[in-house]
Amino acid sequence: MRLALRHVFVLVVCAFALFPILFVVSAAINPLGTLASTDLLPSGAGLGNFVNLLTSDTYPFGRWFFNSVFIALASSFASLLLSMFAAYAFSRMRFAGRRVGLLALLLIQMFPQFLAIVTIFMIFTEVTELYPAFGFNTAWGLLLLYLGGALGVNTWLMKGFLDTVPKELDEAATVDGATHAQIFWRVIMPLVTPILAVTALLAFIGTMSEFLMANVFLRDPGSKTLAVGMYGMIAGDHRNANFGMFAAGTLLTAIPTVGVFLWLQKYIVSGLTAGAVKG
Amino acid sequence: MALDVRETGRAAGTPPARPRREITTAFVVSRIAVLAVTAAILLYAVPPLVATGSWVALGVLCAAAAGIAFLYLTRRFVPAKYLVPGTVFLVAFQVFPVVYTATTAFTNFGDGHRGSKAEAVTAIETGSVRQAPGSPEYALTPALRGEELVFLLVDPKTKQVSLGTPDGLTPLTGAELGITGKVVAAPGLTVLKAPEAAARAAEVSALAVPTSGGLIKANGLSRAVEGRAALAYDAACDCVRGEGGPWTADEEQGYFVNAKGDHLAQGWQVNVGFANFARALTDPTISGYFLGVLGWNLVFALVSALGTFGIGMAVALALHHPRMRGTRFYRIALILPYAMPAFAMLLVWRDMFNRDFGLVNQLLGVHVDWLGEPGTARLAVILVNLWLGFPYMFLVTTGALQAIPRELTEAAAIDGATPWRAFRRVTLPLLLVALTPLLISSFAFNFNNFNAIALTTEGGPFPAASPQVGATDLLITYTFRLAFGAGGAQFGFAAAISVFIFAIVALVSAVAFRRTRKQEEVYA
Repeated sequence: MRLALRHVFVLVVCAFALFPILFVVSAAINPLGTLASTDLLPSGAGLGNFVNLLTSDTYPFGRWFFNSVFIALASSFASLLLSMFAAYAFSRMRFAGRRVGLLALLLIQMFPQFLAIVTIFMIFTEVTELYPAFGFNTAWGLLLLYLGGALGVNTWLMKGFLDTVPKELDEAATVDGATHAQIFWRVIMPLVTPILAVTALLAFIGTMSEFLMANVFLRDPGSKTLAVGMYGMIAGDHRNANFGMFAAGTLLTAIPTVGVFLWLQKYIVSGLTAGAVKG
Repeated sequence: MALDVRETGRAAGTPPARPRREITTAFVVSRIAVLAVTAAILLYAVPPLVATGSWVALGVLCAAAAGIAFLYLTRRFVPAKYLVPGTVFLVAFQVFPVVYTATTAFTNFGDGHRGSKAEAVTAIETGSVRQAPGSPEYALTPALRGEELVFLLVDPKTKQVSLGTPDGLTPLTGAELGITGKVVAAPGLTVLKAPEAAARAAEVSALAVPTSGGLIKANGLSRAVEGRAALAYDAACDCVRGEGGPWTADEEQGYFVNAKGDHLAQGWQVNVGFANFARALTDPTISGYFLGVLGWNLVFALVSALGTFGIGMAVALALHHPRMRGTRFYRIALILPYAMPAFAMLLVWRDMFNRDFGLVNQLLGVHVDWLGEPGTARLAVILVNLWLGFPYMFLVTTGALQAIPRELTEAAAIDGATPWRAFRRVTLPLLLVALTPLLISSFAFNFNNFNAIALTTEGGPFPAASPQVGATDLLITYTFRLAFGAGGAQFGFAAAISVFIFAIVALVSAVAFRRTRKQEEVYA
């Protein structure tokens, strides 16, 4: 009886979680491809929206997809490494300015970043003139910009996790003559895979969805990411007509995220907990 | 993530005795690698800086490169070796922009006040150029003298041909005129044909030929007129003379003002001290909104953080039962919203709330303008945000529940506690110890959740009486409109409001963190 109640409750929440996704699926396979003709349950099925999306001349979806996945993978990998370096120093070493540094990392995140866009725009106007390869409309420039946020909440999460890894391990390695670099790469890194997986996933999801900076930074259609490109797809007059293609694009966009999630799944739950419990 | 910065372990400053190390191959190779990378970056970055004469940037770059090379060559400063890579990016792309932006809160930076005074004077003078009365409209032929672009100008009445360069106007003899009155050939010059001239349109319109009374500028590609500036800056009186003037410089406002109290449209950036902050607090039209927006903003952030936590925890608890079946399936279903791209799902939700063809109205069989009424719009954005946020809380709570020993709840049950009491007194406190830091960062994130509003309601619905502030506006979306909105950019004022936002979020978080630490001491 009790158990049945639990099932009912969970099923209700599942329905809440799934019905918008069902709507997206229904819109994606809706042969008419418009918002007005889309229902919760599809009236017909076809892959027309996917075909239109992938062969469209106006919307280089494949190009956007590649840009997004490339930027998200590169930026989450690089920021993970930078963040891990810092977390190692904060957790294992004692130095002047350690407390202040940790606090500052947290505080700087609380300033509304988007206002700095004016300044960032001015910086990159200069950069575009001097080094076009890292200027506006380039993945590399956006990547640099995203790396500015590498140290932040994630560093805290990792530091919390590292604090739970026994210190005796690195002390033993030190006595055996290992350098700090050897300890980092050979002792610490293998032990922190769960938290690496979690932060990698969080960073990946965050970058895939990032809209504000990318929207200012990427103007050229070929350089856009999925978030910027797909937003333009249903902007203004196209909102109704392109909805089917948009829904198809949404489902395709979810594929890399689900892929990364499945790849890292076995570490996720334990990683989230461990970081949080001690944090 | 808690602010737990207590020094743990061994006392600071007494590293374990370590054996003296020899210089190994790895040591040498890593040092060479560092030097090579630094050199490569310098080799790439220096030439453009030299070419444009950006000496300050060059100095900063070289100092940074020298510092980094030194840091990784020496055996000392080990913590810095690990902190510097991330910090370089942090300083360049976050700290510097944020600090620079915060300082603009003390200026009137914005539309009409973008540049320096000298830039404003230039803009005013060039902007006031009108065709000089009685001056001829020359037939223009762009030509090349060597590589330099020059103008060949023909006076329509006298057919006199002149050569116009940035140095001035000189008469030219020996030029051959075509039927249209334009020059077809001239000694020592290459006359540009129409397509060639069109390719250099930007250069053509930039070239100004100074004359005794003003400037000759191209008007299109085949006409040129002499213009006179109606306004001219006079350094002696620090004022602009001419039409409607004199306009005296007012360094307080950053405008040229005349006796009637009018000002020229173009101003310059000046320091206004705390005027922006005072305006946010005292201007009745703004401070009235400010408190209203702040109130809704706090509700939105609190309900989002606590609501997602509540739903997530409830589902996690429901699934956390030894005889529960199908947990694997449920988990995947519950996590799916988290895997969908948030930006796209926000836009989908916006369309599901559409009055005419939205799914919500279809399912409920009603005809409600969800995003058009203040009450329903607020309900809608909170619902959307709960949908987006609860899977994360579910994941986290599931993990944290696993870490709570079952013996504790079993012991409570044996002692005769009802399940509710056992949850209130044992499970919840232990969960909160683990999850309060995440709740706080969730609050801080939702307080500034720009996307959740901008991609759904864009702050609306807007009351007809005051179109500046909508019912679902957060401080951040309101500020965004101030800074970049259609009503003209007010960066200085927007920066001042950002400083307020920062103070509020930092204050709430700091108080919450203090409470967490006390809690940890009680329960941990």
